[in-house]
Amino acid sequence: MDTARLYAAVAAGGFRRYATYRVATAAGVFTNTVFGLILVYTYLALWEERPHLGGYDQAQAVTYVWVGQALLSTLAIGGGGVEDELMERIRTGDIAIDLYRPADLQLWWLAADLGRAVFQLLGRGVVPFAFGVLVFPAAVPSDVGTWCAFLFAVVLAMVVGYGIRFLVALSAFWLLDGTGVVQMAWLVGFFCSGMIFPLNVFPGALGEVVRALPWSSLLQAPADVLLGEADPWRTYVFQAGWAVVLLVLGRLVQAMATRRVVVQGG
Amino acid sequence: MAEDGWRAEAAKTGRLAEGVRTYRMIAAMWIRSTMAYRASFVMTTVGNFAATALDFVAILLMFSQVDALGGYPLPEVAFLYGLSSVSFGLADLAIGSMDRLGRRVRDGTLDTLLVRPAPVLAQVAADRFGLRRLGRVTQGALVLGYALIELDLQWTPLKLVLMPVMVLGGAGIFCAVFVAGAAFQFVAQDASEVQNAFTYGGTTLLQYPPTIFAQDLVRGVTFVLPLAFVNWVPAAYVLGRPLPLGLPGWTAFASPLVAAVCCALAGVAWRTGLRSYRSTGS
Repeated sequence: MDTARLYAAVAAGGFRRYATYRVATAAGVFTNTVFGLILVYTYLALWEERPHLGGYDQAQAVTYVWVGQALLSTLAIGGGGVEDELMERIRTGDIAIDLYRPADLQLWWLAADLGRAVFQLLGRGVVPFAFGVLVFPAAVPSDVGTWCAFLFAVVLAMVVGYGIRFLVALSAFWLLDGTGVVQMAWLVGFFCSGMIFPLNVFPGALGEVVRALPWSSLLQAPADVLLGEADPWRTYVFQAGWAVVLLVLGRLVQAMATRRVVVQGG
Repeated sequence: MAEDGWRAEAAKTGRLAEGVRTYRMIAAMWIRSTMAYRASFVMTTVGNFAATALDFVAILLMFSQVDALGGYPLPEVAFLYGLSSVSFGLADLAIGSMDRLGRRVRDGTLDTLLVRPAPVLAQVAADRFGLRRLGRVTQGALVLGYALIELDLQWTPLKLVLMPVMVLGGAGIFCAVFVAGAAFQFVAQDASEVQNAFTYGGTTLLQYPPTIFAQDLVRGVTFVLPLAFVNWVPAAYVLGRPLPLGLPGWTAFASPLVAAVCCALAGVAWRTGLRSYRSTGS
């Protein structure tokens, strides 16, 4: 019970920390809206040429764009999650303090990242999404059940996203300067999550591969649940499967890192 | 009277020369510092190249499904993409670090720049000069090269002259956006992300044909924030297409003029911002 309270407090701290920067949040909302606007026109032109591309109609494609803008910073697909700070702590050696804490490293940062993600969803995601579906002809479910199913898929996406980024951050134990890895991670994340283009429109074998990778849990999976294109339970199994694999892998790498690593600093 | 005007003019060119000299010295220092870690430089340049190439991959994925977007076939979209990327890439290479101004205001390090006997704008522009940004320019140039090979353009001397004029004019317009964005950060330090909407958002917008966007949006980026003069308007002339919004033919050559006006306005905004600056005092 006490441990649950601890991690809840860490999560609340993560939420409050990001909620402090109101101007930055407003700026983010503005930028997400502008990018959504550009993207939505390209999608409209594309679906005009090829209606029912990837199984979506035009209204569903519009919704997909705004789900993407709502989840971009929530899932830190383009970076900006707790991994930046975690890597900095590994680089400077502050990680030694974290390892001494009577709390689990992976769960501690998971809680902090979930707090951040929930704030980003509310603070940065809701407004661009609402703007987008009100201004453009979009497909939005009217029943509460679909929305609940969607939100649960988003929560699982948050955990998968963290699982990937925790591994990225741990690479700093070996590399110290993680700039290159972070850059690679967001490149792959953008491409494989469906952020630059819906995965179900990817042609042939490339499509098969990207849809099976963990990144498809991030944007494609929740979007398909919202659009009624995927069975929620099968989606949850897929997402939860990757979440478990990634978190277990993270734990193994963490054990390896803490055993062999020399802490930096004087 | 004429004498005074001449003297003011001389002082102005003197300041400009000083600014250019400062800029070159700081940029050269950052290049030397970058070259101390060559492997890191190569990796970040490749990363910069790959990151920008992702935009073009998205376009290729779209064209794996359709033959034309908004009536533009792939080579024509590649032409727009290449022009937009090269113009923006040059501006980003030259003064792309200006979006860090908000951070300098917040942590008080801008004060260091103010006490140095050199123009502040030149110092901020050259700060952390990143040669890795050549990655974006190279990627854009490659796509532009592909477009020029694929397109069967009817070249005339005017069109040949227009090509470099449009690229440099476009870079000038984007430079103005960077400077104006930095000036805005004097007012709202935490809002540096707003700038991304106009810089990165702007170049993304221009990579697609104007025909796919709402006419009001096209009007906005032509008459309010004249990004359309980076490539949409002049490129339509080179491609032998009607100019967007039915603009008269001479506007295809207006990019340098538009860039000059934008830079002048951005300069005013910068001076206003700098004058309103109050140090954090810490």
